[in-house]
Amino acid sequence: MVQVKMHLLVCGGTGCRASESKRLVDELNAQLQANGLADEVKVVITGCFGFCEKGPIVKVIPDNTFYTKVKPEDAEEIVKEHVLKGRKVTRLLYEDPETKTHVSDSKHMEFYQKQVRIALRNCGFIDPENIEEYIVRDGYAALGKVLAMTPAEAIDIVKKSGLRGRGGAGFPTGLKWEIASKNKADQKYVVCNADEGDPGAFMDRSILEGDPNSIVEAMAICGYCIGATKGLIYIRAEYPLAIKRLQVAIGQAREFGLLGNNMLGSDFNFDIELRYGAGAFVCGEETALIHSMEGKRGEPTIKPPFPAEAGFLGKPSNVNNVETFANIPAIFLKGWEWFSSIGTEKSKGTKVFALAGKINNVGLIEVPMGTTLREVIFEIGGGIKGGKKFKAVQTGGPSGGCLTEAHLDTPIDYDNLIAAGSMMGSGGMIVMDEDDCMVSVAKFYLDFIVGESCGKCAPCRIGNKRMHETLEKICQGKGTMEDLDYLDNLSKVIKDTALCGLGQTSPNPVLSTMQYFRDEYLAHVIDKKCPAGRCKALKSYVINADKCMGCTLCAKNCPVSAITGDKKVPHVIDQAKCIKCGTCYEKCKFGAIEIR
Amino acid sequence: METIKLTIDNTPVETEKGTTIYQAAKKVGINIPALCYMNLEHLGIKNCPGACRICVVDVAGRRNLAPSCSTACMEGMVVKTNTPRVLNARKTVMELILSDHPKDCLICPANGQCELQALAATLGVREIHAVENAAVSTYRKDASPSLKRDMDKCIMCRRCETMCNDVQTVGALSAINRGFMAVVSPAFEQDLINSPCTFCGQCVAVCPTGALTEVDDTPKVIRALADPTKTVVVQTAPAVRAALGEEFGLKPGTRVTGKMAAALRRLGFDKVFDTDFAADLTIMEEGTELLTRLSKFLGGDKSVRLPIMTSCCPAWVNFFETYYPEMLDVPSTAKSPQQMFGAIAKTYFADKMKVNRKDLVVVSVMPCLAKKYECQRNEFKVDGNPDVDYAISTRELAHLIKMANIDFNSLPDEDFDQPLGESTGAAVIFGTTGGVIEAAVRTAYEIFTGKKLDKIDFTELRGLEGIRTASIDFNGTMINIGIAHQLGNARKLLDGIRSGMYNFHAIEIMACPGGCIGGAGQPYHHGHSEIISARHNAIYKEDEEKTIRKSHENPYIIKLYEEFLGKPMSEMSHHLLHTHYFDKHKV
Repeated sequence: MVQVKMHLLVCGGTGCRASESKRLVDELNAQLQANGLADEVKVVITGCFGFCEKGPIVKVIPDNTFYTKVKPEDAEEIVKEHVLKGRKVTRLLYEDPETKTHVSDSKHMEFYQKQVRIALRNCGFIDPENIEEYIVRDGYAALGKVLAMTPAEAIDIVKKSGLRGRGGAGFPTGLKWEIASKNKADQKYVVCNADEGDPGAFMDRSILEGDPNSIVEAMAICGYCIGATKGLIYIRAEYPLAIKRLQVAIGQAREFGLLGNNMLGSDFNFDIELRYGAGAFVCGEETALIHSMEGKRGEPTIKPPFPAEAGFLGKPSNVNNVETFANIPAIFLKGWEWFSSIGTEKSKGTKVFALAGKINNVGLIEVPMGTTLREVIFEIGGGIKGGKKFKAVQTGGPSGGCLTEAHLDTPIDYDNLIAAGSMMGSGGMIVMDEDDCMVSVAKFYLDFIVGESCGKCAPCRIGNKRMHETLEKICQGKGTMEDLDYLDNLSKVIKDTALCGLGQTSPNPVLSTMQYFRDEYLAHVIDKKCPAGRCKALKSYVINADKCMGCTLCAKNCPVSAITGDKKVPHVIDQAKCIKCGTCYEKCKFGAIEIR
Repeated sequence: METIKLTIDNTPVETEKGTTIYQAAKKVGINIPALCYMNLEHLGIKNCPGACRICVVDVAGRRNLAPSCSTACMEGMVVKTNTPRVLNARKTVMELILSDHPKDCLICPANGQCELQALAATLGVREIHAVENAAVSTYRKDASPSLKRDMDKCIMCRRCETMCNDVQTVGALSAINRGFMAVVSPAFEQDLINSPCTFCGQCVAVCPTGALTEVDDTPKVIRALADPTKTVVVQTAPAVRAALGEEFGLKPGTRVTGKMAAALRRLGFDKVFDTDFAADLTIMEEGTELLTRLSKFLGGDKSVRLPIMTSCCPAWVNFFETYYPEMLDVPSTAKSPQQMFGAIAKTYFADKMKVNRKDLVVVSVMPCLAKKYECQRNEFKVDGNPDVDYAISTRELAHLIKMANIDFNSLPDEDFDQPLGESTGAAVIFGTTGGVIEAAVRTAYEIFTGKKLDKIDFTELRGLEGIRTASIDFNGTMINIGIAHQLGNARKLLDGIRSGMYNFHAIEIMACPGGCIGGAGQPYHHGHSEIISARHNAIYKEDEEKTIRKSHENPYIIKLYEEFLGKPMSEMSHHLLHTHYFDKHKV
């Protein structure tokens, strides 16, 4: 038998696959085959490495070389140089933006240095479609441990760990399990909420794509604890890769006796089914999720009754988010003491964030609770793109708020974010720079909410529509001071009266931007100016006659013929015709076109 | 009983565990305004989606405001129902609802009856913040023979859905679309006529606005009355007389039979007849059919299908045609009283009056909206001329009376005209759940046993419970009877028969809560279910005061058979008084 001497780990997450990582794998395999190395070197498709900005990623084991932005055409060089001759392909290594030196091992990269990976522990390390790789990394050992305890003992460990729900609201997980376990019923359900829907967020998708077995194991543990024999994963149909890998994981777990009857020789039975969501954000709300699974309209109902009392088909159900479950096996393997030693007083463990927006290192990160926003944005995230000035960071998705420079040193945890007017949410983190208009940002989130509101309660159905219209009016330069009062009152009333979490938090982007960026609102309303120059209606393109050479380039490119002028004579833009597309601004070689 | 102590607006309240804040407040005289919430306690029907957010209150220690309709009282709770925060929230939410609602109140069919309008007044909304070009959600309008939908006026209270899905199990209406465009509609936005709608109209009965209304047939009636070439006769269903007075400020349960007849005469109807006469006729036909089937069955004929089911209720007919098409031969073939009346009026009566059927207009006043659909069914027409031309509701009649400047309350009591105006107590009780079967039993018993009844009142068949069962001793033969009102209960009963849980000889089914007294054409109850109970009692009172209380003793019925029909189930009867059913299942 030939021993495998080297592994090439290739990211198979959705992002890297979109950048041809699948073809890269085929190329690598072809090159290995051509060089007679197919038996000695194994190419493994893994889950997400997190460093999406630099994907596709290829990691070479055992020397831990971390190649970035690898194209299928690079496969030949990697195989011929690195695999055959042991010479690293320098041009594919990560270049430190500060020192401009090449870094070969990811542990020396600032992106990874401050990260602590619990939920993402296996992502980028194992083949998610091979249960044996999960088992080698202590997979299903936690389940074995739990089956030797009483459910009450196991729940106690989860409670002591201090784990709180990672879906957004931060409800103590152990307590949730305890309530579900105490409700008596002939059938109970464990539900995994994989209906990730925040704009820019892909934490849950990456976990499911990179380590699906950890979710299967955690759900089985939860089932044992609360007395449920059935598990349901509510996953968005837009996540085909995650669905496929879950199906593989569930199938393999059944084959290995890790799902089904008499698991691991115990008298515990548990199995999991998938339920597909049709892409409604509100179905991330647990009551709406349950109704959707029941085949009903996906809209929330009033709690109580909580799902723990009357959930799926009226039976006690425990709903946890993907990331919450992903922490569970680690807590049992390493102990609650270990887990609770990480994080802040009231928020234990780590949190996965999806970094997006105007940040250098776009990607998926996991940091201990209590890490500051500055560390996340400027150290791990590598700062703002193009050396621009940081303006705000939006956390918590559409339910969250925009935080400013003043909050950069705030340690991230559930309570601090809420105190600052935002929230943890499921972990979306969108960074904005000086070019972003905060009124437009608030409008963007409201637009999302208006599209995703189920329409059940009046404040969310109509109130958010009116807020969106008012923001649009302000961006059009037609806003009045009364409109700002209107927004303020509507925001408060919607928070006070909306039925579910979606509605109750929907005004947060407006409230937080009105609080922290009031001067921008005033500039729009009083001065009729957009300081960031984003709002089209509030800017005009004007030709500076002193600089204009009369080259006619702008006039030739103007799509609406708004620019006139004779050759070698300064041109003029007809403001009534101008559609503010910015083409002239881009085409002018003399900097004669100015935005006012 | 476990009780809970709390304070509401500084008033200490002690209440049963499980009571909502809304209910507890009501006990101490605090009426929290509510819009989507509806609790028909007497009928066990509740709509409580917590959707409108008008009934919010301030609960000490709670982050946001609580919907009082769906928040249970807790020990030591401190509730405030009228703080500035609460009042502002309510008013703002109302302003939002109105911002997406047409402002055509003056010409809206719900004008004066609209709960939204009343609440806007209570909450003192005086202006709606104007966002330039604020969107208004608009939808395609839809008119069926019975109901009209103008969903621009829908406020998503979901009451209609509760009635259509939970109570009636018809499933014609449900919420569609998201967010701002969310609205209640038949699946795929079909017209009601193409949906499984039975036209029971219970959605209309509970709609707080003008989104769901009846088709207004009063202009056609006015036109017919003004036409000198037409003889216009009217029939009034039993439940109408127990509710019409409400439209004129009379106490629910006030019987206005005489005033109603007087009003109809003043409206210009040539003859004021009574559907009750046709109800007696229905008993003759249906009772005979029951006895025939029963005798065959008891004689061992295996081809006979029992139980026989009543067929007076047009929504029920639509329901079984849609959902139980395999049972089309089980219900009685007897037409409903409305249609029997029409058939007799346009033959027997027209002959007597020497009027061509085309020049005779039959108007019926019904507590029901499905009757509008029923009278347009093709099988109830002769050469395109319908037996009943127009069916108007109790509400429409009240409207006609008001339009004609008639001071209803000061009218004298007058009698119906003959020959189609005489009726018995058995006919009156058709108006409430259990009445048809009791009327049938009164006649069937005497014919089957050949004995006179000692006691005419079969109280075991009465009540407002959704499903009731009783066994009546027919001189040693026990006749098992099932009764259901509301189509959801009818479904349970039918499914119980299929599963072998029940074994009945005869079944009465009425689609509406409480039977016809709770029909969708009756004055709006606005969530006060005690009104239905009052009408229920009024119907039995009317029966009690009748001299003749058994259909087969109605002298004009006896005469009708002698002069025209021969005997029950005769060939002429079959031709005029019986019908057949159609398979209408959708999926």
